Amino acid sequence: MPIEFDNNLPIYLQIMTHIKRQMVTGALQPGDKVPAVRELASELQINPNTVQRALQELERDGTVESRRGLGRYVTSEEGKIMAIKKEMAGELLDRFLEGMKELGFAGDDITAIVADAIQTKQEGKGEEV
Amino acid sequence: MSLLELANVTKRYKGTRGLNGVSLSLDPGKIVGLLGPNGSGKTTLMSLIAGLAHPDSGTIKVQGVPVGLATRSLVSFLPDQPLTEPWMKVEDAVAYYADFFADFDREKARELLSFMKLLPSDPVTALSKGMSERLQLTLALSRRVPLYLLDEPIGGVDPVARGKILDAIVEQYSEDSTLVVSTHLVRDIERIFDEVILIQEGKIVLQQEVEDLRLSGVGVEETFREVFAE
Repeated sequence: MPIEFDNNLPIYLQIMTHIKRQMVTGALQPGDKVPAVRELASELQINPNTVQRALQELERDGTVESRRGLGRYVTSEEGKIMAIKKEMAGELLDRFLEGMKELGFAGDDITAIVADAIQTKQEGKGEEV
Repeated sequence: MSLLELANVTKRYKGTRGLNGVSLSLDPGKIVGLLGPNGSGKTTLMSLIAGLAHPDSGTIKVQGVPVGLATRSLVSFLPDQPLTEPWMKVEDAVAYYADFFADFDREKARELLSFMKLLPSDPVTALSKGMSERLQLTLALSRRVPLYLLDEPIGGVDPVARGKILDAIVEQYSEDSTLVVSTHLVRDIERIFDEVILIQEGKIVLQQEVEDLRLSGVGVEETFREVFAE
């Protein structure tokens, strides 16, 4: 099984994230054909109706485009991938900040810690992070 | 029109088992989980819909037709006990079904048999419990009908094979038919459901879209535990 689903979250949302991640990592390129509902359903072992819903939602937010009779394709729109990256980065940041808050860090402390961590990594690897 | 309509259906067996005033309706094109502990009425409900038993009171209609001879061609039932005879080989069981049901699709059966790694020459009595379940599932899914009833299709197979069987169910499912799957193994199978029906002591306690359950933050398994907590 390629992805492990969390049964306590709507699966169509998880499929959407899965596809967006593939776009960000380049596994799916702009203009690539998105697998058909059937194909994805049996690959993910998920109900085809759920897959259908995920793809419809992706179509609605402009991530994929439907071409009549040909199926769905990843958008070729330049800004879209960047928008998805920002969206995902935002989610990561939210989780990170929440975790730091729980540990009792705030504002400048967090900025300093992050700057420190990046510096340490750069020195260790001798390359940019 | 609903695909399936039950109105106030009651069926009593000796003791307390059976159904108690069940009403429900199912739309076409869904995979529905019928969930409940052992003895909650899942098998009774399925036998009544399949027309193998008759309710004491209430009505059951499939595509608007009262359950009876006329609905036999609308419903494919996978019982929790095998319907094959001891003398049969796998190929005999397939031929038997093909003779019996005009809607039986031999091509589909052939594909499913090879997917399930069943050999036509295997005697049915020599099959393990898990392999026997795969055969029953092959027979039930090879018919072309609007309503499939699968009673505990994965109870006897090991967890690895369960995945394969779920694959077969998802793959063979056609969007215009509805599939009702009863199980008490919620975790392994919930990902294929559109909708779940929870049944307890012969009564429906919940019928809901699975993604709606998840949106509310409580998954199917947790709901199942909450409802059926002793």
